[in-house]
Amino acid sequence: MTGFPILSVMLLVPLVTAVACLLVDREQARTVALVGTLIDFVLGMLLWANFDTGGAQWQFTEHAALFAGFEWKLGIDGIALMLIALTVFLMPVCIGASWLSIDKRQGEYYAAFMLMETLMIGVFAAQDLFLFYIMFEAGLIPMYLIIGIWGGAERIYASYKFFLYTLLGSVLMLIAMFWMVNEAGTTDIPTLMVYNFPVHAQTWLWLAFFASFAVKMPMWPVHTWLPDAHVQAPTGGSVILAGVLLKMGGYGFIRFSLPMFPEASAQFAPLIWGLSMAAVVITSLIALVQHDMKKLIAYSSVAHMAIVTIGLFAFNEQGLEGSMIVMLSHGLVAGALFLCVGVIYDRLHTREIDRYGGLAINMPKYALFFLLFTMASIGLPGTSGFVGEFLSLLGVYQASSWVALICTTGIILGAAYMLYLYRRVAFGEQKNADAAAMPDLDAREWAMMVPLAAVVLWMGVYPQSFLDPMKKDIAALDARLAQARPKGDADVKMGAPKPAAEHEAHEGEAH
Amino acid sequence: MSAIHIIVFLPLLAAIIAGLGNKQLGNVPAKVVTTGALFISCALSWPIFLSFLSGHAEAHVSPVLHWVTSGNLDFAWALRVDTLTAVMLVVITSVSALVHLYSWGYMSDEPDQPRFFAYLSLFTFAMLMLVTADNLVQMFFGWEGVGLASYLLIGFWFRKPSANAAAMKAFVVNRVGDLGFMMGIFGTFLVFGTVSIPAILEAAPGMAGSTVGFLGHRFDTMTVLCLLLFIGAMGKSAQLGLHTWLPDAMEGPTPVSALIHAATMVTAGVFMVCRLSPMFETSPTALGFVTFIGAATCFFAATIGTTQTDIKRVIAYSTCSQLGYMFFAAGVGAYGAAMFHLFTHAFFKALLFLGAGSVIHAMHHEQDMRYYGGLRKHIPITFWAMTAGTLAITGVGIVDVVGFAGFYSKDAILEAAFARGTELSHFAFFMGIFAALLTSFYSWRLVFLTFFGKPRWEQSEHIQHAVHDAHGHDDHGHEGHGHAHHGHDDHGHHGHHSDGTAGYHPHESPAVMLTPLVILSIGAIFAGLVFNHAFVSEGTGEFWKGSLVFSEHLIHAMHQVPHWVKWAPFTVMATGLLIAWYAYIKNTKFPAALVDQFGFLYRFLLNKWYFDELYHFIFVRPALWLGRVFWKVGDIGIIDRFGPNGAAWVVAKGSRAAVKLQSGYLYSYALVMLIGLTLAISWVIAQ
Repeated sequence: MTGFPILSVMLLVPLVTAVACLLVDREQARTVALVGTLIDFVLGMLLWANFDTGGAQWQFTEHAALFAGFEWKLGIDGIALMLIALTVFLMPVCIGASWLSIDKRQGEYYAAFMLMETLMIGVFAAQDLFLFYIMFEAGLIPMYLIIGIWGGAERIYASYKFFLYTLLGSVLMLIAMFWMVNEAGTTDIPTLMVYNFPVHAQTWLWLAFFASFAVKMPMWPVHTWLPDAHVQAPTGGSVILAGVLLKMGGYGFIRFSLPMFPEASAQFAPLIWGLSMAAVVITSLIALVQHDMKKLIAYSSVAHMAIVTIGLFAFNEQGLEGSMIVMLSHGLVAGALFLCVGVIYDRLHTREIDRYGGLAINMPKYALFFLLFTMASIGLPGTSGFVGEFLSLLGVYQASSWVALICTTGIILGAAYMLYLYRRVAFGEQKNADAAAMPDLDAREWAMMVPLAAVVLWMGVYPQSFLDPMKKDIAALDARLAQARPKGDADVKMGAPKPAAEHEAHEGEAH
Repeated sequence: MSAIHIIVFLPLLAAIIAGLGNKQLGNVPAKVVTTGALFISCALSWPIFLSFLSGHAEAHVSPVLHWVTSGNLDFAWALRVDTLTAVMLVVITSVSALVHLYSWGYMSDEPDQPRFFAYLSLFTFAMLMLVTADNLVQMFFGWEGVGLASYLLIGFWFRKPSANAAAMKAFVVNRVGDLGFMMGIFGTFLVFGTVSIPAILEAAPGMAGSTVGFLGHRFDTMTVLCLLLFIGAMGKSAQLGLHTWLPDAMEGPTPVSALIHAATMVTAGVFMVCRLSPMFETSPTALGFVTFIGAATCFFAATIGTTQTDIKRVIAYSTCSQLGYMFFAAGVGAYGAAMFHLFTHAFFKALLFLGAGSVIHAMHHEQDMRYYGGLRKHIPITFWAMTAGTLAITGVGIVDVVGFAGFYSKDAILEAAFARGTELSHFAFFMGIFAALLTSFYSWRLVFLTFFGKPRWEQSEHIQHAVHDAHGHDDHGHEGHGHAHHGHDDHGHHGHHSDGTAGYHPHESPAVMLTPLVILSIGAIFAGLVFNHAFVSEGTGEFWKGSLVFSEHLIHAMHQVPHWVKWAPFTVMATGLLIAWYAYIKNTKFPAALVDQFGFLYRFLLNKWYFDELYHFIFVRPALWLGRVFWKVGDIGIIDRFGPNGAAWVVAKGSRAAVKLQSGYLYSYALVMLIGLTLAISWVIAQ
């Protein structure tokens, strides 16, 4: 692979496909897009296969000076590799989800998707600060179009909210970036990651980045754009929004905030914990009372993303690795759940939970997949959801038992709202004739569900495949954070050594 | 690939084949695959158990697959076999195999059989993973896996709203316990730096007396860890406070109640405390708590059992109560006795449930004992099997001579509680004695109401429907029952009946259902006698081989208890039998008179101490209310109103320029980006 600019090619393929989508007949656009995403998927797997686990931190690096110090600089570490793999895996699924449901301006629709793929991969592969910024912000434009043009009835309000929230954060981040480049004298991200910014400046820089990442994440209370965006977006848009776009905030924290501003991160950790605890409890309770399937899953996404943030700010390897696995897992599981909603939305054209019921009778195979993803969402061991959640919470327990306790209540609330959803959709009598007449999964839907299900189980049973490439990068980050790591609240103190604790110790010690 | 791999993974394989094959595979192949797999697992399990019994086997761990390495946290999939596991293996595989077989008959009219058998086998796999766990995380995997299977099986008749509600309740209440279990694992890892069970148990005594910060206060380390883990056990084993799901779980098919909600899954909590007994031994406070909860549950559940009229609910509360015995046995340090009771209880309680299933089968899905009566002559084999189960659970036997299974294990527990000699253990002893009185009463009440007296079937809607159908009317009115019709439609009697039978003739169940009853009856009769020596007697430490804490000292003290202590269980058992006989055979007006006299107490017990109402009031309703408030007031009323909508308002009321900007969001966004880019580039150039 030496010398072959695979990352540039991976960025180029979707871009060329996007142009092709606009040029070909609109009936053909979906086929072109599918081929493009599959090629990128193959390239992504080649990338993974050739990634040297335990080798150099930055691999597949490319470098070309563009103009005036602005550089085309790409390269990935294990963390970026995993997120790129997630992106190229989900893209064909999104195209498949849009296959029949998009019936206007197909050329533009698929072109927007392909453009988004380029930009998403670009975010994870960029090694230049401003290149990252462009990809990071531009990636929202196609999403914004997808919601605004192909969305539901309230699409304008939804895309407006989406825009307004994200705009605010990105301006502050850009200003911070200028300051950083001025201070460190470079736009090279790997260099910046080991640069020691003055502690007092870190505070402001951290807050500026936080403004952007918190919205993208989204963290409570700047999450209200997400339910609206999800509800209005077409299925394919929801899958990629939940699957990849929500990971950009987490990626931002792990790539910028933590390594570049470790002291400020430690200083603000209580803020992150507080917002995350609030998110887990509040958004889970809100999810419990939703009538709209997509809104329910969107609120559950906010709760899951809070598990990511507490893991990141646990300042240990379990927390960091856990949040990476939660991100990957949530990408698959939330994507799959939105797909499940899409499957029945295509048939009945409503997201109202009460319009369904008893689907396990006429759609037993669908019910099985829906059950699997529901269980993965509530973190049943053996699925991907558990591994990430467990590691994240275990990580944060070492920092604060309160935070761990409050966030672990998410496993109760999560079970409540997801099983309540499942019960109303799949169980019970068939009370609506049109819902009862819906056919089970067709071949296209099978082709989307099976790979997702397989990876969810794989990540649950043998997560090492996904942890190994990141191990070294996480360890490096952990080492960098070590100096700032907040002291945990456990502080085990040994007692006076007792004479061999035999049963006699019990006598007289009644409760 | 050793025997243990086959024992554990064969049921999983069978579950996958039957579950995915489903309708394409057909009923009989699905049943053959799953039942066959279980019988093979069972056949392989007994030799393992017997080799431990004879003292020839050593504990060993068979690796399966690496699972997770993260920093210094490391755990793998592995199968551990030692004496404790071997005991559980035979309990699980034997009861499961028999329940699979029984279900051939019980579920024979069910259209959805492959799914049912797949769930049963899946459950067995998860339970086996739980008991073979070598680390806490795999134990948690099994723990949640059995929870999933339980959820699916309780809700097997998923058209029925009550079954769905019960399934969800079981899962969510268990998750409350799991919160404790997970926190316990986190804390254990923090303290010991590992989740490997042998490593933790080895290091545990060294941590006795240390303190740890938890939720802002300092506590004794081992007490915190043990209590957190025990909350998990309370959820799974339906102990006081987290018990509310178990009675509702009776919505599932009866074979499920026998396997999951009596013999195996609900005992997982007891197993966990025994497995981690060296940890619990380091914290007298935690052991005290275990004793208290066990004793309270054993009393509380027994009181409710006396008033319930649904045959399955009586047995469910009985299970809850018996689990209480096991816990306080563990709490007083008699882990061997706890496991012994778990072992015998598995046989006689599975027997009672399957017997109840046979009664329900015969009575056309009527479960209310008020509409039974006089069934002794109609279903004699079921009657004798249920009698054997009742003799076992009430602990009939003659001290120092011979007795049924429960006699040995229950007496061992009560003697241990007395011999331990602390205030709390004496509390448990008296609670246990009183509960034994109630156990005897409600168990014999069940037998007398069901099998003795005159038939009272004519008031039963189920029976009326059965008779109605038999008379040739095709109005299948009992669809509300949520599943297919049962096949007792061949009763040719006509005319008026004044004997209370409504012309209905119950049939004895088929041989596939009776065979498990007979085998379990043998277990209920002899399990105590045969295994008493191995589980709880002097020198038994060699049997357990350190797989749980075994105190020879306590065993010795148990033999020294006064005579009245040894005879007390027998006395209360006989008293309970006598009261039940008087109230339900001799003077059948007596219960009604009693209810009139003590109306308040009766309603309190009938309504299960109002736990469900209380929980609904303090948890369910506030959660939904809060959800609506956070949504409507928080998200929409505050965040959106002053956030994006407020900004929109400002913009709308703002200058012309702002209005223009607002006219094209996309362009304005692109514009801001462009400005940003221009700034960036000019900055770089200026450098």
